[in-house]
This record gives sequence, C-alpha cells and structure tokens, in this order.
Amino acid sequence: MTEPALTALGLSLKVALWATGIDLVLGMAVGYLLARGRFPGRELLDALLTLPMVMPPTVLGYYLLVVIGRNGPLGAWLHDTLGINLIFTWQAAVIAAAVVAFPLVLKGARAAFETVDVQLEQAARVLGVSEFGVFLRVTLPLAWRGILAGTLLAFARSMGEFGATLMVAGSIPGKTQTLSIAVYEAVQAGQDDTANLLVLITSATCVLVLVLASRLAPGRSVSA
Amino acid sequence: MRKIFLLALAAALPAGASAAEVTVSAAASLTNAFRELAQAFEAAHPGDKVLLNFAASDPLVQQIAKGAPVDVFASADQEAMDKAEALALVAARTRRDFVANTVVLIVPAASAFKPATLADLDVQSVQRLTTGNPASVPIGRYAKDALMKAGIWARLEPRFVYGASVRQSLDYVARGEVDAGFVYATDVMAQKDKVRAVLTVPTTSPVRYPIAVLARAPQPALALGFVQYTLSPPGQAILAKYGFVRP
Repeated sequence: MTEPALTALGLSLKVALWATGIDLVLGMAVGYLLARGRFPGRELLDALLTLPMVMPPTVLGYYLLVVIGRNGPLGAWLHDTLGINLIFTWQAAVIAAAVVAFPLVLKGARAAFETVDVQLEQAARVLGVSEFGVFLRVTLPLAWRGILAGTLLAFARSMGEFGATLMVAGSIPGKTQTLSIAVYEAVQAGQDDTANLLVLITSATCVLVLVLASRLAPGRSVSA
Repeated sequence: MRKIFLLALAAALPAGASAAEVTVSAAASLTNAFRELAQAFEAAHPGDKVLLNFAASDPLVQQIAKGAPVDVFASADQEAMDKAEALALVAARTRRDFVANTVVLIVPAASAFKPATLADLDVQSVQRLTTGNPASVPIGRYAKDALMKAGIWARLEPRFVYGASVRQSLDYVARGEVDAGFVYATDVMAQKDKVRAVLTVPTTSPVRYPIAVLARAPQPALALGFVQYTLSPPGQAILAKYGFVRP
C-alpha cells in the first residue's frame, strides 16, 4: 500500500518541480517586462496571464485539451511533425500545473521588480556595469524575496493541482496519477485506508513546504 | 436591501413538503435515457420532481454510504448493488434488474482500425486504450474480466487510461486521444458522429442493471413509484429508445 503512495508522491514532486522551474524562468522574464516595459496593452497582458488564477480548473483543462489534444492545433502539429503525444503523459501534467501556477510567480516577480529603485540601477550603469550585470547584481538581489515568495506559492499550488491535470493527463497509476488524483481515485473506490495514507502524506508534504518557505525567507514579511 | 436578503434566504431554504422531490443516483451510462424518463415521470406525477445524480456506480454507493439523501439507486452492474446491499443501504425486496446492455469496443470515427477479435488489440499500433477504472467503474470490470478471459489483460493493462466513468472514456475516444475504448452499446448513440463500434465484447457475466429503493430514502413511496415506472411499459419504451433492452 505504501509503495504506490510513494510513487504518487514522487510524481507530484517531479511535476511540481518542473512546473515551478518553468514558471520561475517565464515569470521573471514577463514580470520584468511588465514592471519596466512601457507598451500598449501592458495591463491587458497582465490580466490575460492572471486568468488561470481565477478561472475554474475545468475551464482551463478544457482549453488545454482543445489546444494540445491530438486534434488541437498545437497537439496535431506536435504529433505530425515530431511524433509527440502530450495528452496522458506526465509532461501534460507539468503543462497544466505550470499554467495554473504561473500567475503566482508573475504577480510576485512584477511587484518585486517594481519596488526596486530605478536610481540604484542608474548608478550602476553610470559606473559602467552592463545591462545584464545591472539585472544580475542590482535588480535581482533587491527583488529576490518577492520572487521567492511567489515561487514557493507556485510550487505549493502545483503540488495540489487536480482539475486541469485530470483532464489532460488522465489518471494512470505510476505515470500520471499524482497525489491529489490518487486521493480522488481512492475515495471513488471506497478505499478509505489508502485515502487516509495519501492525505497524511499530502498534509505532511505541505507542512514541510511551508516550514521550508519560512526558513528560506526569514525575518521581515515577504509579501513584497 | 433587507427585503432582498429575506428573498434570497427564502430561496435558499429547502422547499416545503407540498411537492415531493425524489433523488435518483444513476450509473453514468443511463444519463440520456434517465433524463427523458424523469421528464415523463414528472409529467405523470404533477407536482413531483426528480433530481438526477449521475456518476460511476461505485462512487454513487460511496456517496450513499456517507449519508447522501438519495431515494433510488440504479447501478450498471451487480457488484456495485451487492456492495450497497452489503452495507445495508438497500430497502428489502426492492432490488430489480430493469435493463440489459452490451459492452462494445469503439474507435474514433476517423480511425481505420478494425479488429476482428479482442486479441487484435495486442498490436504495436494500439498504444492507448480506455475504459473505466475497474476499482470503481462497472464498465472497467466488464472489460477487465473479458480481457482476462481472453488472456491478454496483463499485456494490455499498461496501455489503459482509466476514465472516472464510462462517459469520460467515451469522451477520450470521441476526441481521438486514445486508439480504442470499452463502453456500452448505448453510449455509442450519445456520440454517434464521433465514435464507431467495431466489436461486440463477450462479457463473462450478463450486463444487467439493477435498481432499488434505498433503506434511508427520504421519499420511500415516491421512490418505489419511480422504480416501478422504470419497469412499466411506458418506462421501458423510453429506455428502449436509447438502446437498452429488457433484462
């Protein structure tokens, strides 16, 4: 009984880590763009990218299914040119989790970049530091707390993702059956013993993530 | 403002006993047929209302076992109803088999795959199959038993993507996300433009749907009326329209 549970835990961690990694890179890039860029439709772009946070996971799952499904525009292209099928793979679960959790990193990163004093960056430029150097040595060190806070929330959200994941990745034991989906299957089948074990593991993992989060960002509030 | 609040409160409270509501938990494969059946029942019982709750049979048993106020349970196999009886959820002597069905293998309408027997599924080109989860969905149990008898379950099992109900498996095939799937013959009618039945699956036990009044039914009299209606000639005529046959 413990082994399938640990497999599900491992899969949840793998999916959440990948999704968070992708979100961190994209979220920082787009967050910086939104904080510093001046272009028409900036707030509209922000709103569009925040949608996954407020939309029901089923709506999101349906959109993903239509886009990356075998008959969807992206899914058909991937299948015909690269021979890749995303639906019912753990990669599909990563995509679902990454989309759902993306606004959390984006919001944190944008707010963090906006609080960085532009004069400090200017000072560095005057001293001859390159643009990339300014970002790496001035902007990022001042913004990382806010970004980290958003990233940890995104990780937690990815771990718990259920609705959209079930729709695009299905529930294949050992392959796409994450912790949250395994709990659902166990309850559906009336296997309360398994469900109890799985929710205990899930709860323990969540507590661990929260404790880690407060350790990594000690002292003042990280709400940015 | 206060008036609006009171109106909202009144709307949120359960209605009085003047019009009775009978809650029917039914197997997902009965979705289309029971919607029409319920309308006909309501027409024959003015003032009464049928509330329908569809899911795979085992989760329905779990809901009832956890205290859901359900009057009638209609299951897609004997095992789910046996579980309900073992948990003492069923009213004595009310269980009846009311329809029979057939299990079929379906493929997406555009697919050229045409297996002659179940053994033809065991080829490289068939990468993904679907049916309900055998742990909680009757169609999955019928399919698993048939494939075990054919001696290919162990080889095919890793290729299965399980649906939470037969209708989810039907949707997977209709969208072309899997190569083939096991559903009931009656389900094909619900997606007849998108899926095609290619094989009638020989099941190890007959596909007969039991229905029963529940022991803790809030409306036992109306519940019995609904069960009798499914067995009556007008009820059976509606069920036949959707492909269900007399048991």
